[in-house]
Amino acid sequence: MTAVATNPSRFWLLAAASGLLLAIGLASAHHMETAGHIVTGMNNHVVWGLPHVFAIFLIVSASGVLNIASIGSVFGKAPYKARAPLSGLLSIAMLAGGLMVLMLDLGRPERVIVAATHYNFTSVFAWNVFLYSGMFAIVAIYLWTLLEKRMNPWSKAAGLAAFVWRLLLTTGTGAIFAFLVAREGYGSALLPVLFIVLSFGWGMAVFLLAQAAVYRWNARQLPEAVHRRMSRLLGVFVAASLYLVAVHHLTNLYFARNVAFERFILLDGGVYTGLFWLGFVLAGGLLPLVLLYRRDMAKPRHTLLASLLVVAGGFCLLYVFIIGGQAWPLDLFPGATISSSFLDGKIAPYAPSLPELLLGLGGLAAAFLITIIGVRVLEFMPHDPARDPDADPAA
Amino acid sequence: MRKALLAAIVLVAGLSAMLLAPTSSADPPPGRVPHPAISVDTTTRSIDSPEVMRRTHMDMLKHQRDRTVHLGERRVKVTLNGCIDCHAGKGAGAAAGSVTGSAQAFCESCHRYAAVKLDCFECHQSRPASTPAPVSARPAAGGKP
Amino acid sequence: MSDREHHTPLDGPSATPGSTRLPAAAAQLQALAREAHRPGVSRRALLGAGVAAMAGVMLAPGIRLIEIAGAQVERKPGEAASSAVRWGLLIDTTRCSPDCNDCVTACNTENGLSGGTAPTDSQWIRKIEIRDQRTGRTASAPVMCQHCANPPCVDVCPTGASFKRADGIVLVDRHSCIGCRYCVMACPYKARSFVHEPVTDQKPDVPRGKGCVESCTMCVHRVDDGRKPACVEACPEGAMLFGDLNDPDSAISRRVREISTTRIREDLRLDTGVRYHGI
Repeated sequence: MTAVATNPSRFWLLAAASGLLLAIGLASAHHMETAGHIVTGMNNHVVWGLPHVFAIFLIVSASGVLNIASIGSVFGKAPYKARAPLSGLLSIAMLAGGLMVLMLDLGRPERVIVAATHYNFTSVFAWNVFLYSGMFAIVAIYLWTLLEKRMNPWSKAAGLAAFVWRLLLTTGTGAIFAFLVAREGYGSALLPVLFIVLSFGWGMAVFLLAQAAVYRWNARQLPEAVHRRMSRLLGVFVAASLYLVAVHHLTNLYFARNVAFERFILLDGGVYTGLFWLGFVLAGGLLPLVLLYRRDMAKPRHTLLASLLVVAGGFCLLYVFIIGGQAWPLDLFPGATISSSFLDGKIAPYAPSLPELLLGLGGLAAAFLITIIGVRVLEFMPHDPARDPDADPAA
Repeated sequence: MRKALLAAIVLVAGLSAMLLAPTSSADPPPGRVPHPAISVDTTTRSIDSPEVMRRTHMDMLKHQRDRTVHLGERRVKVTLNGCIDCHAGKGAGAAAGSVTGSAQAFCESCHRYAAVKLDCFECHQSRPASTPAPVSARPAAGGKP
Repeated sequence: MSDREHHTPLDGPSATPGSTRLPAAAAQLQALAREAHRPGVSRRALLGAGVAAMAGVMLAPGIRLIEIAGAQVERKPGEAASSAVRWGLLIDTTRCSPDCNDCVTACNTENGLSGGTAPTDSQWIRKIEIRDQRTGRTASAPVMCQHCANPPCVDVCPTGASFKRADGIVLVDRHSCIGCRYCVMACPYKARSFVHEPVTDQKPDVPRGKGCVESCTMCVHRVDDGRKPACVEACPEGAMLFGDLNDPDSAISRRVREISTTRIREDLRLDTGVRYHGI
C-alpha cells in the first residue's frame, strides 16, 4: 500500500470535532452516573432506551463491517482483500464505541471490574464479555497479519478465525433478546440469525460511507468495478434483512397470543408503527433497493444515499425492536384486562432524553475518532491493482 | 568538589529539618491533612484489637457479606449494623449519630485520611438502628418532574 | 373466626410444624415404657432397645427436627439457609378488595420505599385489578416477585448478583449488581425495579441504593428472624399465608392441598413460590 498524503488541518479539525463530541458524551454519562438514571427518559418499564439503540447498532455493525475483510480473506475476492485493513479498523472502532456506550449506561459503571471477574455462564451477557473482548484481540491480530508483510501468509487463518468469531458475537447479541422468555417481541430463535443478516447490511452500508469519506479526503477515486460489486452486495443484504423481518412478524402473527403485540407494532403503535414502516421498511429497505438496482447503474451518489438510508433504517428498526418491545405491557393474566399503580396493562411511556442522545453520539464520535486516527497513522487506505479485479478474481 | 559537598550538606540539612520538625511538637499542627479522630465507646469491646481491625476490617466485611447475603448467615460476629450501633452509638462521643458525614464520624475520619472512598453507605444506613431518621432528609416522593 | 384460623399463618401452637413430630416421639417413648413393665424382658436389653429407639427418633428425624427448628423460628447465629425449606405464599384473592392497599403500604414502610408511583419509582408489590374480558368478572390481587424455582432473572444476570437462596427466596446481591437491567427485561412479572436516584434513609435491615436493581425479598430479614413478611402481617383480611411449602404439615401446604390455586403464567413453567386462589 502506498502512503497517501492527507490534509493535516482537515484531520485536526475532524479530530477536534469528534473529540469534543466524545467529551460531551462522557460528561453526559458522568451526569447520569452521579444523578442516577432519573435524568434520562428510561424508567422501570422501559429500562433500555436510546443508548442501547446506539450501542447495539454500533456492535452489530462492527461485526458486519468485518464482513468485507472476510469476503477477502476467507472467500478470496481480491478487491475485498484490499479493503480488509480498513474493514478491520472500522470493526475495532465501532465495537469500542458501542461498548463504551453500553458500559457507561450501566447503573454502576464503576463495577465493570465486577462484571469482568464474576461470571454467571447461563447469562449470554457473561459470554458476551468474552466474545466482545476476544473480538478486539482477534481483529487486532488479523490486522497485524494483513499489515505486517512477514505475517501475510497467516492472514487467511486469522481471517477465518475473525469470521467465525464475529458470527458467534452477533449470535450472542441476538441471543440477548432471544433468551427473554416472557415478552412477545422477543423470545424467538430467529433473532440471532436476523441480527447476523442485519449486520451484513449495516456493516456494508457503514463501510461504503466510511470508504467514500476516506477516498474523498485523500483525493482518490474508487474504481467503478469495486463500487458496482459492493453496491449490488448491499442490495442483497438489504433484501435479506427485509425478508427475515417479514418472516419474524408473519410467524408471530400466527400465534393468537402475539397478535395484540403485532397489531401494536404494525398498526396502531403510533411512533413505533411509523418508525417501522416509514423508517425501516420504506427508507431503510425499499428505497435503497430502488436506488441500488436502478437500470442506469447506481451512481456513487446513489450508493451513498442508499447507505445513509440503510443506516437510518437500522436505527429505526432497533428503536422499534428494543423500545417498542418493552413498551408493550407484559401479559400477566391472558384474557383479562388489568390495571395497577405499576402501569400493568398500559403501554409504557418513553421519551428519549438529551443525556441519552449525547451518550449515544459520544459513542459514534469515539468510533469516528479511532477510525480517522488509524487511517492517518497507519496504512489503511485500500490499494487496488491497475487492472479490473473482475477479470481475475483469484488475484 | 567543595561546592558539591556544600550543596549536599545543605540538602541533607533541609530534608532533615522538614522530616524532623513536626515530631518536635507535642500535637500535630492543624494543617491540610486531616488526621483520624476516633472516639470509641470503651464500655464494650470491639471484635478484635485495633491493630487487627485496621488491617483486616475490609476483608472481614467483604468475606462475611457474601456469606450473609448468599447463605443467609445471621447474627454472626461481623455485621455492618453491629459495627455502626457501637461506633456511632450513644457512647461514641463526637462520633455518635452516624459513621459518615463529618470528620469525626468513625468510618469517615480514617477513610478521609487514607483517601479511600467509602462505597458502603450509598446503600447501607450509616446511622445506628436506635437513631430515628430525620424526616426532612427523605427524598421527595414521585419521579421526574 | 374459626374459618380464618384454618389458614391463619403459623400463629397458634396447633400450627407449628414441630408439633406434629414431637407427639410421634412421645408415643414411641410411651410404647417403650409399656415394654419395660412386661415380664421376661431384661432391663439391659430394654435399655439398649430404648437407646436405639431414642437414637432413631432423635437422629433420623433429628435431622428433620433441626429443619423444623429452621422453619419459622429464627435460625441459629451463623446458620445458613437450608434447601430443606422452601418459602412460599398463598394469596386468597377472594378476600382482596380493590380499595385495600395495606400490603403495599406495609411493604413500603418495612423496606424504606418512597411509596411513589411515578414510572421511575420502585414498587416491590402492587395491587393489580383484573377484569376478565369475556365474563366481566373482576378480581384484585397483590403481585410481587414470585420467587420462581426456575427464575429467568437468575439465568440472565451476568455477574450472578440475581440469585436464588437455598430456601427458595430470590434476591439481588447489591454488592455484585452492575445495574445492567437485564433481569428487569427478563422477569415475566415485572417484579424488578431499578433505583433511578440516590437513596437516603434506608432501613438498617434493608440496604438499597442508586444504580442497582431490587425486588421483593419476601422480607428475608424478617424470615431469618422467625417472623412473617410485612405484607402478610399487615393484611387485615388474613388473605395472605406464608410458610414452608416443603413441609407437608405446614399450614400453607395443607391449604394448597385443599383449595384450588393457580400461579401467574403457569405456562412458563417457572415453578413460582407464590400461589393465588380466586383468579
